[in-house]
Amino acid sequence: MMTDIGNSRPGVQAFEAALEKRDTRVAEFEVLANSPLRRIQHFLHANPTAVPAIVLLIGVAAFSLIVGSRFLSAFNLSLIIQQVTIIGVIGIAQTLIVITAGIDLSVGAIMVLSSVIMGKLAITMGLPAPVALMAGIAAGAGCGAVNGMLVTRFKLPPFIVTLGTWSIFFALNLWYSASETIRSQEVAGAAPFLQWLGTPVDVYGARFTYGSFFLLALVGLVWFVLNRTAFGRHLYAVGDDPDAARLAGIRTDRVLFTVYVVAGIICALGAWTLIGRIGSISPQAGQTANLDSITAVVVGGASLFGGRGSIIGTLIGALIVGVFRNGLALSGVDVLWQEFTVGCLIIFAVALDQWIRKVSA
Amino acid sequence: MTIELESFQPAEPLLQARGLVKRYGRVTALDHADFDLHHGEILAVIGDNGAGKSSLIRALSGALVPDAGEIRLDGKMVAFRSPIEAQAAGIETVHQTLALSPSLSIADNMFLGRELRRPGMLGSVCRMLDRKAMQRIARDRLTELGLLTVQNINQRVETLSGGQRQGVAVARATAFGSRVVIMDEPTAALGVKESRRVLELILDVRRRGVAVVLISHNMPQVFEIADRIHVHRLGRRLTVIDPKAHSMSDAVSFMTGARAPVEMAA
Repeated sequence: MMTDIGNSRPGVQAFEAALEKRDTRVAEFEVLANSPLRRIQHFLHANPTAVPAIVLLIGVAAFSLIVGSRFLSAFNLSLIIQQVTIIGVIGIAQTLIVITAGIDLSVGAIMVLSSVIMGKLAITMGLPAPVALMAGIAAGAGCGAVNGMLVTRFKLPPFIVTLGTWSIFFALNLWYSASETIRSQEVAGAAPFLQWLGTPVDVYGARFTYGSFFLLALVGLVWFVLNRTAFGRHLYAVGDDPDAARLAGIRTDRVLFTVYVVAGIICALGAWTLIGRIGSISPQAGQTANLDSITAVVVGGASLFGGRGSIIGTLIGALIVGVFRNGLALSGVDVLWQEFTVGCLIIFAVALDQWIRKVSA
Repeated sequence: MTIELESFQPAEPLLQARGLVKRYGRVTALDHADFDLHHGEILAVIGDNGAGKSSLIRALSGALVPDAGEIRLDGKMVAFRSPIEAQAAGIETVHQTLALSPSLSIADNMFLGRELRRPGMLGSVCRMLDRKAMQRIARDRLTELGLLTVQNINQRVETLSGGQRQGVAVARATAFGSRVVIMDEPTAALGVKESRRVLELILDVRRRGVAVVLISHNMPQVFEIADRIHVHRLGRRLTVIDPKAHSMSDAVSFMTGARAPVEMAA
């Protein structure tokens, strides 16, 4: 019954005797940086917003040289900020979803539907504008809740869910508005509060709107939530590895549901900035917001595989797209080349993300 | 090298399970499985692949809700519906997959799911995290376990080696596991040196009065540190053996069904 291996409790195994002479330095956290390229890779991995920040600076510098003072003027630069306000706000919502390894194709439709509800209630039905605003925000939250429910309860892929709800919300928007646009003068007359975010502020030749500051405030708030609260940490954990998050005790479905609702609310806030920016309320507005928001998020360094992405990155991503579009337009280049450039930016950003991710492999 | 556990062992097991059943469609992962863990012991759980060890461990750690059966902690009935509830009861698990979030930092991972908030309004109204306190505690724990040469507590887990990640997962479990620490194959991915370190850690956990459940395929390690060995086969407990009275080949023949145990020991 006795065998040579299991006859006693030998304490340290014989083959482990050499461990007496072992290297006693345990678990040192050094970074292997043997070549400059690897060092860059590690730097970018540790600082995910560095790439978009550098691209933005290069873009501004390049167009300043090519176009000159027409581009590099306080007025034009502040105009770019105005132009990216809506995509910035919607991009925040998209970032939250993308961090959880999801995607929301319905953001634009939620925004338009909310803006139509705000306009219809305030102007056609004559409700007080703040009440109409709250109703629009509630509608955004409701749309988000539908997405969140389908993703968490029915376990459907976010891409398919939001592809479907995109059409559904857009159709509801056309039905509710009867495809009619509320003109800017009507909004200004009946509910100027809805255009409040369009109020201009002139600072030394630069023209900002309240919407620009609203975007910055929203960026600050969401940054705080992502980086300084447990909910924010859980969002990254869920996007990174949902099984690990669940085993660590995170209620992943609750986190996911909440994030879709929050994204819906942010889209409704985007509707408010949209009304401020264009003045009128049109069921056909913001058609490009869906894909533009994804572009801003991806160019801003977030990963569509989840777990990576930042609000500051998305803001910079939106600015990059704005700078390239504005700069190319001022260069007198045909609009089609703007689209061409944005496409190149997206592919460059995703290729770079893949390369940076190899650090951890 | 072992302390005489029998002398102060209360009759009541610390963690007990009776008749656990879990079915996945037509597959029965747990078939009326029993389980007993005594105070202050290291209980090894061995079994062939597919014997249902992981399902047993997941049921005990709240990651799986059994279809039938009961679990008692200190004699009181418990029904964990989630890992949080098991954690609140003082049961921590190091899963084979480690359950770490690669893109979060070491400190974030250690406190994942039980973050500390700032005192006062900042914490209660703004829900602001107390990052300094969490970093300090995480650093203290890792240093205590000899797993960290200070700083870098904010390094992302994805930049760590396999052994270092294991260290973080073990540190998380031992930092919070006040009664039971369950470790699923803690040395499977490790080198010789790191395995030895983890075994020392397990003994250290027992020294602090916390009972340990060790799931392992590594027979020399099991026979070295376990006080008792639970042999799992075909979804249920086959027998419990004393490593001092049995050889490794006995254990392997029970585990594989080559031989049936004579009597239910321990």
